Amino acid sequence: MINFAYTRATGIADAIKEKVEANGGGQFLAGGTNLVDLLKENVARPARLIDINRLPLAAVEPMSGGGLRLGALVTNADTAYHPEVQRRYPMLSRAILAGASAQLRNMATNGGNLLQRTRCYYFYDVATPCNKRQPGSGCPAIRGQNRVCGVLGTSAQCIATHPSDMCVALAALEAVVRVSGPQGERSIPIAEFHTLPSNTPHIENTLSPDELITSIDLPESPYAAHSVYTKVRDRASYAFALVSVAAGLELDGDTIKSTRLALGGVAHKPWRLPAAEALLTGKPATKESFLPVAEALFAGAQGYEHNAFKIELGKRAVVRALTLAAKGTAAIHDVNGQTADA
Amino acid sequence: MNLATANASPPATQFVTLTINGQQRHLEVAPWTTLLDLLREYLDLTGTKKGCDHGQCGACTVLLDSKRVNSCLVLAVAKDGSQVTTIEGLAAPGSELHPMQQAFVDCDAFQCGYCTPGQICSAVGMIREGHAETADDIRELMSGNLCRCGAYPNIVAAIEKAMDATRARLSV
Ligand SMILES: Cc1cc2nc3c(=O)[nH]c(=O)nc-3n(C[C@H](O)[C@H](O)[C@H](O)COP(=O)(O)OP(=O)(O)OC[C@H]3O[C@@H](n4cnc5c(N)ncnc54)[C@H](O)[C@@H]3O)c2cc1C
Ligand code: SF4
Ligand code: FES
Ligand code: FES
Repeated sequence: MINFAYTRATGIADAIKEKVEANGGGQFLAGGTNLVDLLKENVARPARLIDINRLPLAAVEPMSGGGLRLGALVTNADTAYHPEVQRRYPMLSRAILAGASAQLRNMATNGGNLLQRTRCYYFYDVATPCNKRQPGSGCPAIRGQNRVCGVLGTSAQCIATHPSDMCVALAALEAVVRVSGPQGERSIPIAEFHTLPSNTPHIENTLSPDELITSIDLPESPYAAHSVYTKVRDRASYAFALVSVAAGLELDGDTIKSTRLALGGVAHKPWRLPAAEALLTGKPATKESFLPVAEALFAGAQGYEHNAFKIELGKRAVVRALTLAAKGTAAIHDVNGQTADA
Repeated sequence: MNLATANASPPATQFVTLTINGQQRHLEVAPWTTLLDLLREYLDLTGTKKGCDHGQCGACTVLLDSKRVNSCLVLAVAKDGSQVTTIEGLAAPGSELHPMQQAFVDCDAFQCGYCTPGQICSAVGMIREGHAETADDIRELMSGNLCRCGAYPNIVAAIEKAMDATRARLSV
C-alpha cells in the first residue's frame, strides 16, 4: 500500500471540488471493500482519498412518479432488507443478498458496488501484465487462467467480467444512475453506464473523471410478482458468480406480456438483449418458449480454455431462471436471498 | 500516542476518537492504518485475528457501531466518533462470558480457535440484524466466516443455543 492523504468531504459540492483539485490523483472512499483491497494490492495508487461517507446520500426515498431512489451511500445490506425494495423489487434484494458476505454487505455501498473492479486474477496481480491495469501491457488471461472471465462482448485486449450481482438486477430493472459533477447533474441509464472492453479496457463506464454518483433510481416495475435472481458459483455462498441471471416476467394468465432478462458473470457489463426478451411476448411461459431465448442471448458467444462451459451453463441458467420466475416470486423458497425450488 | 509508521513521509497522520470496548481513545493514525492493524499492533487487542487481510475469511470481524464488519477493510481514520466492540469487550471484565462465548465453549465449536473471535462477533452481529431464524439461515448468514478446521456443525449448534439469550441482551 502506498502512502496517501485523507480528507473527509463535508458536502457534495465540496467532494467534487476536492476531486477536481486532486487533478486525477484523488479517489472517493465509500465502504472501502473494494478500494482498500486494491490499495493493499498496489493496484489502486491514489495520492488522496476523499471520504464521502458523511455526505447526505444515505436515504431510500419514494420518487414523484412512482419509482424508488436508492442513495449512493445506502449500504448493500440496508438496500436489500428495505421493505419497499423487498416488496417492489425482490429481484434486486435477492441479487444483493446473493453477493459477498453479511459483513461486506454491511460496509459496501450502492455507489461503490456499481464501480467495483473486475476479479480477473491478473488485474489483481501487479507482477503480471494486464491491459486494464496498465494499458498496452497485454492480456495474459486470454491464454491463461480465464475461468472467471467473460464469453460475450469480449475483445482482443480484455475478456474480463464485471463481477457485481446487484448491477445485474439493476440492468433488468432499467435503473438510472444519477451523478453530479463539475458540469452539474445528469442521469445515465444503466444500460449506458458500464462499457465493453473494446480497445480501452481501462475504461469501464461512462462516468466522467470527477463525477460523483448520488443515487440509483428505480422506475416502477410490473415484475415484482414474477422475479428471480439465479446465481451459479463454485461454492454455495460467499463466491462470485460464474453465471447469474436476473429474470422478471409480466404475465397475463399463462401468457407472457413482457420479459426482462440480464446476465452476470459473462461480460464486462450486465448482459441484456431486448430483442431476445421480445421473443417471449405473447408466448406461454413454458420451457419450449424459453429455450430459443437462451440460444439468442448466447448467439456469438466465444468461450476460452477454462470458461467455455459458461455458454451451456448460461443457457441452462436462463431457462431455469425463467421457469422459476413463472412459478412466482412467492413460490420460490428464499433463504435470505438463496434461491431454491421448494 | 503516535501510530505513524516509520516510513510515514508526509501526508501526515490525523487524530481520531474511537470508543473501543467502552473506553474512549484519542488516537493519532496514518490514513492507511486499518482498524484491524490499529487494534492488534497499536492497542494490543490481539483477540481480533488477521486471516487473509482481504475481506475473504471473516477472522477480523468486529462490531462497528453495532454492525459486524471486516476490520481489515476499514480505514481507522474514516471512523472518527465510532464505537468498536471486539471479542475482548463482549463481556465486561471479570464478569461471566457473553452467552455466545459460553455456547461456543459448551458446544465445542472450535478446534484451533483462530476463526473463533470473528465467528462469535459475527454471530452476535447477525442476531442483532434479525434475519436468522433457521439453521439454514445461520449457515447462509455466517458464510462470511470461514473455519479451516471445519467446526461448522458445532458453530451452527452454538449459535442456535445462544440465540435467545443473545437477543435478550440486545433488547435491554
Ligand atoms: C471477499 C469479497 C467477496 C465479494 N463478493 C461479491 C459478490 O459475490 N458479488 C458482488 O456483487 N460483489 C462482491 N464483492 C464486492 C463488493 O460488493 C464491492 O466491493 C462493494 O459493493 C463496493 O462498494 P464500496 O462501497 O465498499 O466501494 P469502495 O471500495 O469504497 O469503492 C469502490 C470504487 O467506487 C468508487 N466510488 C464509491 N462510491 C462512489 C460514488 N458515490 N461516486 C463515485 N465513485 C464512487 C471508489 O472511488 C472506488 O473506486 C465482494 C467483495 C469482497 C471483498
Ligand atoms: S482479461 Fe482484462 S483484466 Fe484480465 S488480464 Fe486481460 S486485460 Fe487484464
Ligand atoms: S482478515 Fe479480514 S476478512 Fe480475512
Ligand atoms: S477453529 Fe480452527 S479455523 Fe475455525
